[in-house]
Amino acid sequence: MTTIQKPLRSRTRQARRQRAARSPRWLLIGAEVGLPVILIAAWWFASAGSTNIFFPPLQTILARLWQLTQTSEFLIDIGSSLGNLVASFVIACLLGVLLGLALGTSRFLSWLLEPVIHFFRAIPPVALVPIFVSLLGFENETRILSITVAALFPVLISTIDGVRANDETLDMVSRVYRLTWSERLFEVVLPAAAPRILSGMQVGLIAAFVVMIASEMLGSSTGLGAKTLLAQQTFTIADMWAGILLLGIFGYLATFLFELFRRRVLRWYIAAQQQERQL
Amino acid sequence: MTSTPSTAGHSDERPVRLDVSGLKKTYTTKKGDVPVIDDLTFDLRQGEIACIVGPSGTGKTTLLKCLAGLQPITSGQATIDGHVIDGPPEELALVFQEYTRSLMPWLSVERNVELPLRHLSLSAEERRQRAASSLEAVGMAEAASKYPWQLSGGMQQRVAIARAVAYRPGVLIMDEPFASVDAQTRFELEDLCLRIREQFDMTILVVTHDIDESVYLSNRVIVLGQRPAKVTDVIPIDFDGPRDQLTTRALPRFAQLRSEIFELIRKAG
Repeated sequence: MTTIQKPLRSRTRQARRQRAARSPRWLLIGAEVGLPVILIAAWWFASAGSTNIFFPPLQTILARLWQLTQTSEFLIDIGSSLGNLVASFVIACLLGVLLGLALGTSRFLSWLLEPVIHFFRAIPPVALVPIFVSLLGFENETRILSITVAALFPVLISTIDGVRANDETLDMVSRVYRLTWSERLFEVVLPAAAPRILSGMQVGLIAAFVVMIASEMLGSSTGLGAKTLLAQQTFTIADMWAGILLLGIFGYLATFLFELFRRRVLRWYIAAQQQERQL
Repeated sequence: MTSTPSTAGHSDERPVRLDVSGLKKTYTTKKGDVPVIDDLTFDLRQGEIACIVGPSGTGKTTLLKCLAGLQPITSGQATIDGHVIDGPPEELALVFQEYTRSLMPWLSVERNVELPLRHLSLSAEERRQRAASSLEAVGMAEAASKYPWQLSGGMQQRVAIARAVAYRPGVLIMDEPFASVDAQTRFELEDLCLRIREQFDMTILVVTHDIDESVYLSNRVIVLGQRPAKVTDVIPIDFDGPRDQLTTRALPRFAQLRSEIFELIRKAG
């Protein structure tokens, strides 16, 4: 037993040495928080005395943003935008994984459907919005459909890839130990494909965010995108900046929350990769 | 094989668990049929360890896949406890050579061992018990909550063996199980293999390319000839008393058996 444990111990010693050689944690966190702070400060001071109507002082923008958040109409806009984003993203993830599993495991289905999928994937999702508007009108369903379609393809394609890349040995293990259909799906196939699936979801989330804004800018009167465009067209420039700023914040938060989710789901994967790097 | 040695003790009277008779395996390719295994016949009795050795490329892995029901047998048949193998048999467990790829990295050691037990009709308590006792048997009880990638190669292979043992197979098949671990670990795992056989009265078939290993481990060494594989000879291994890495390997009889097998393989190749 002792002879087996020895290499492990030296591995961790080596790991500690490597960890010490890397930048300390506080410096990394400091840089992550510090850079945005510096950028905001630069914006604040550079714009402080601005008389340029298109480039109002940051102070004015923030004051306007604060004012806006006090109005119920603005809160409804935010709710509508984020509601659409979350609902569509969740639908896209579920649909993408389900379809991806089917296409990844069935040779016939993938042979049948893959050319179509790659055709639609090649069209930028924003370009599809006008089609949906002309087909479905200006209702909220149009926006949900647009966002869902945008987020669907990255999830779908990464799921197909993930399922196909499944290791042959694990497949034999599942067969030899006669795992049931659902055990194979939930304990082997999905976890093995999870790293790729979640990368696809990450890309899907960004696409969804872009299309959320675009779909609101095309013939909608509610939502942050619509309000920001309206402000630009009516020369309420502070409102426009406030909208853009808020969109940036929400975009950041969305990616941040997703990253937390990813780290939770892929704990084993991230830890295993770290281990591998340290060896 | 009727030439089962009487020197292997009482194993003659024990029931046959694995019976391979006239097994043939042919791959169909564009250029025609390529025979890989030709008319293979041998059997394995309860509590016996047999090793299959042969030059590389003789279709040893193909044979294992056939026995594990992962590939169809072209003609002849193989039975486990009288049941004809035509798909992965219930009574069989397999330990793979690639330990890094045969465990699920997203499951803890314990859950890896329990996974194949879930669809057996066991209570949750029995299942935990079985997993715990087989982890205990391979000396990995303390690592139950660890993940495979936190363990060294030899330890991962122990877990894979524990998973097979927990399944309580009639026949345990190992495909070059110790080929990718260091020499020291290999000796430990060989002894582990012998211990498991004692403790669970397990019937074990090991494929190996290591002649010393085959002599040390088995009651019988089955020597396969060149492609298409057929049994060249079956060598009974007749050491008295328990085996020991130092003393058994130092026996004159050990050297004699080793050169006998080596000669056979060289002739076959």
